[in-house]
Amino acid sequence: MSETFAPATLAEARPASVVTEGLWVRGLLIAVAILFLALFLVLPLVTVFAQALAKGFGAYLAAFTEADAHAAIRLTLLTAAIAVPFNLVFGIMASWAIAKFEFWGKNLLVTLIDLPFSVSPVVSGLIYVLVFGAQGLLGPWLLAHDLQVIFAVPGIVLATIFVTFPFVARQLIPLMQEQGTAEEEAALTLGASGWHAFRTVTLPNIRWGLLYSVLLCNARAMGEFGAVSVVSGHIRGLTNTLPLHVEILYNEYNFVAAFAVASLLAGLALVTLLVKSLLEWRYADEIKAGARGH
Amino acid sequence: MAPPKRAKRRFLRPSVIPGFGLAFGYTLTCLGLIVLLPLAALVTRASGLGLSGIWEVATDPRVASALRVSFGVSLLAALTASVFGFLIAWVLTRYRFPGRKIVDAVVDLPFALPTAVAGIALAALYAPNGLVGAQLARLGIEAAYTPVGIYIAMVFIGLPFAVRTVQPLIAEIDKEIEEASATLGAGRVHTLVRVVLPPLIPAALTGFALAFARGVGEYGSIIFIAGNLPYVSEIAPLLIVIKLSEYDYGGACAIATIMLGISFLTLLAINLIQAWSRRRFGYV
Amino acid sequence: MSETSSRTTGRPRRHALLLGAGLAAALLAPTLACAQTELLNVSYDPTRELYREINAAFSEEWKAKTGETLTVRAAHGGSGSQARTVIDGIPADVVTLGIPSDIDAISRISKKIVPDWRTKLPNQGLPYTSTVVFLVRKGNPKGVKDWGDLVKPDIKVITPNPKTSAGGRWNFLAAWGYAYEKEGRNADKANAFVGDVYKNVPVLDTGARGSTVTFAQRGLGDVLPTWENEAYLVFEEFGRDKFDVVVPPTSIYAEPPVALVDANVDKKGTRKQAEAYLQFLYSDRAQAIFAKHHYRPLNRAAAKPEDLAQLPELKLFKIEDLQGDWDEIQKKNFDNGGLFDQLSKAGR
Repeated sequence: MSETFAPATLAEARPASVVTEGLWVRGLLIAVAILFLALFLVLPLVTVFAQALAKGFGAYLAAFTEADAHAAIRLTLLTAAIAVPFNLVFGIMASWAIAKFEFWGKNLLVTLIDLPFSVSPVVSGLIYVLVFGAQGLLGPWLLAHDLQVIFAVPGIVLATIFVTFPFVARQLIPLMQEQGTAEEEAALTLGASGWHAFRTVTLPNIRWGLLYSVLLCNARAMGEFGAVSVVSGHIRGLTNTLPLHVEILYNEYNFVAAFAVASLLAGLALVTLLVKSLLEWRYADEIKAGARGH
Repeated sequence: MAPPKRAKRRFLRPSVIPGFGLAFGYTLTCLGLIVLLPLAALVTRASGLGLSGIWEVATDPRVASALRVSFGVSLLAALTASVFGFLIAWVLTRYRFPGRKIVDAVVDLPFALPTAVAGIALAALYAPNGLVGAQLARLGIEAAYTPVGIYIAMVFIGLPFAVRTVQPLIAEIDKEIEEASATLGAGRVHTLVRVVLPPLIPAALTGFALAFARGVGEYGSIIFIAGNLPYVSEIAPLLIVIKLSEYDYGGACAIATIMLGISFLTLLAINLIQAWSRRRFGYV
Repeated sequence: MSETSSRTTGRPRRHALLLGAGLAAALLAPTLACAQTELLNVSYDPTRELYREINAAFSEEWKAKTGETLTVRAAHGGSGSQARTVIDGIPADVVTLGIPSDIDAISRISKKIVPDWRTKLPNQGLPYTSTVVFLVRKGNPKGVKDWGDLVKPDIKVITPNPKTSAGGRWNFLAAWGYAYEKEGRNADKANAFVGDVYKNVPVLDTGARGSTVTFAQRGLGDVLPTWENEAYLVFEEFGRDKFDVVVPPTSIYAEPPVALVDANVDKKGTRKQAEAYLQFLYSDRAQAIFAKHHYRPLNRAAAKPEDLAQLPELKLFKIEDLQGDWDEIQKKNFDNGGLFDQLSKAGR
C-alpha cells in the first residue's frame, strides 16, 4: 500500500499481532497442519507408489500387460464416458430449471438431487439390485426380454451415474443463481433464441465452473468402488472396473500389481487435483460460488 | 414484476426465459428414474417387513452394534476432521508460507483418490508391519483391524469436507472487526473466541455434518483396514453386504433404510443450519 | 413481464416437457445382452489360480475337438456372495462353489438349478475334495499341533466370516467336529469349544482370501486354519522361509461342489458347452491340474505322484455323518440365529 493516508499508516504501524497470532504460534499451527496432512493424506499416497515400485520398474509395468487389466481400463473409461456426459447434461438442465426460474417445491428438488451424495455406496448398489436383479422389481420382465442390466455394463453405468448424480448440478446451481437472469433476459429482448442466449450468454459465464465439476465427477466415476462392487458380479475381463481390479489383484497376493493399478488411479487423482488447482488459481471468481457445495 | 392476475398461487412464476418445460421435465425424469424409483424399491421392500420388522432388525444386537460402530466412530472422526480441518483452513487462508498452494491442493486428495486405493494404502501403512503401524505397535496401539482403523479411514475421507466448508468464510472475515476488537482492548484469544469464531460455527457444523454423513456410509476404504469383527469392528454397510450374501434381502433393506433415513435427516440438518445461518449472519 | 408471453409459450412448454422425458428415457435404455460362445464359471475365493489353468486347458481341448473358439470367464469372491449374484441374475453357466449349501440356496431361491443337482454328476458333483489344515509362522513358535491348541489363551486365530465364506464355514465345522468326537459326541461341549476358538479371532474377513492377506501380508495372528490348497499356495507364494504348514491329526472332509445352472444354459443355448466343461473337470487332464494346485483329486491315478505326495494322509470326517443333511447343517450353524450368531453374541 503506497497511499499515505494517515489511518492506513497507523494501521500498519500497529503491531501485527492485533490481527494475527504471534510468530511462534503461527509456526506451530502451520507445522501441526502440515504434519496432520502429511500423516493422513500424503503418506497413503506415497505408499501407493512406493509399494507399486517395490519390486522395480519392470514388475510395475508387467501389471499393465495383462489382458484383464486392459479390459478393466476399457470398462472404466467406457463407464466414465457415459456417466460423465449424462450428469453433465443433467446438471445443466437441472441448474437451468432451478437457478433461472422460481417455482414451488424448489428446495425439495434440490435436496432430492443432493440425496445420492449422502447415501452409502453399498446402498446405492443395493437399490439397483432390488430393481433390476432377477428377484427384483423388473427382474422377471428383463429376463423375459433377455436384457441384462446388473452384472453387466448398464448396471455399472447406472450405479456410477447415481453416485456422481449431484456433482455437476451442485456446482452449477449456486453459480447460475449468482449470475441472475438479467443478461439472458437482455439477450432475449434483443431477439436471440433461447438456445442462442444459453450458448452465448450463460455458457461463457459458467464454463470454468462446469469444467471444474466435470473433473471431480470424472474422478469419482472412475474411482467408485462400493456401489459398483455390489452390481458388478466380478467377472474377470468383463465387469471389473479398475478399482475392482485392484481388489482382485490384492486378493491374488499380487500386491505389486494391485498397487501398480492403484497408482494409475492415484495418478488420475493427482492430475485431477493439478488441473483443479490451476482452474482455481486462474478462474477463482468464476467457480467460487459453487465451491462450497462439495 | 407484474403481480399475477389471479390470486391463486402459481406453480411457476412467469418468466421470459425459455426452456423451463424441457429443463424441468428432463430433471424430474432423470431424478425419478435414477434416484427416486430405485430408492422407492428399497423402501417398498423394507416396508414389507413393517415398522415392527424394521425395528426388530435394528435392535438385533449385531445390527445395533454395527450401527453403533458406524455412527459412533463416524461422529468421533467427523469431530477430529472438524477440529483439524478448521485449523488447516485457518492456516491456509491466514498465513503465508512457502508451499501453501500445494498444501491447499493436497487437502482435496480424498475427493479424488478412489476409496479402494485409499483402503489398501491405509491398510499397508497401519498394519502391525506397516510404516506407521509398527511405530504405533511399539506404543501398544493396534491401529489396523480395530475401530482405530475405521476411525483413521473416516478421518481421511471426511477431512476435505471440514476444510472446504469453513475456508471461504475465513477468507471473507473482515479484518477491521478484529482490529476494532483489538483496539477496544480485547486480547487475541478473546477476539478469536468472541468475535471471529461465532460466525464460522454454522459452516463448521455443515462441514461436520457432511463429514459425518460420508463417514457413516463409507465402505471401500474401511473394509480393507477394519477387522470386520461382529460387535467390535463391523460397520453397517458391511453388514448390508453380509446380509446379501446370506440371501437375507429383507434384513439388508431394513439396514439400508435405516441408514437412508439417517442420511436424509443429516441433509435436513444441514439445510436447517444453512437457513438459520442465512437468517443470523446473512450468508451460508 | 406480461401475461401474454407466458400464455403463448404454454403449449410448446408442454411438448418440451415430454421431449425432456423422452430424451432421458432414451439415454437410460439398457443395452441388449449379446450372445457369444462364452461360458461363465462363478466360483469361490481361492480357486482363482486353479480355474485360470483349467479354463485355458478346456478351451484348448474344445477347440481341438469341435473347432469352436470358446472363452471361459471366471468370477471369484466369497462363496455366499457369489451364490447371491447367481440368484440375482448373473448369467452363470456353471457354479463351482465352496460348500453344497450355497448351491442348495441357489436352487431353492431362484430355481435356476435343479434340486437334485447332486445326482447329475459323479461323486455328488465333487470332481475334487479338500480339507482344512493350519498355516503357522515359521518354526511354529506357538506350537500349534491340533485343533485343541486353537483355544489356548495366547493364540490368535485368523479365519473368515462363516456367514459369507465357505472356507470360514469349513473351519467352523472342522473345529466343531473335532470337539464333538473328542468329547464323546457331546454337542454342547462342541458348541462351547467352537465359541472359545472364535474368542481368539481378532479379524473376521469376508472371504478366505481376505483372511490369508491379513495373516500372511499384514502379519496378524498365529495360526490360519484354511483350505489345504490355500495353505500350500501361501507357502509357495510368500516364501517357505516365513511359514510352515501344520497338518492336524484329524480334519474335515471338505466338499466344494460343481453344478450346471440349468435355467441360464437353456436360455443362452450353451448347455452343450457347459456340460462338456463340467465333464472335463472329471477328465484325467483336469484331475492332474487339481492335484497340482493341492486339491484332492477324485481319480488319484490321473495325478502326478509328486503332487499326490504333497497331500498328506490324515483322518477325515464327514460333517454329514455328525450333523445330518446339508439343510440341517446350514440352518443349525449359519442361518440367522444359528450357532454362529449365538456364539458371537455370547462372546462379545
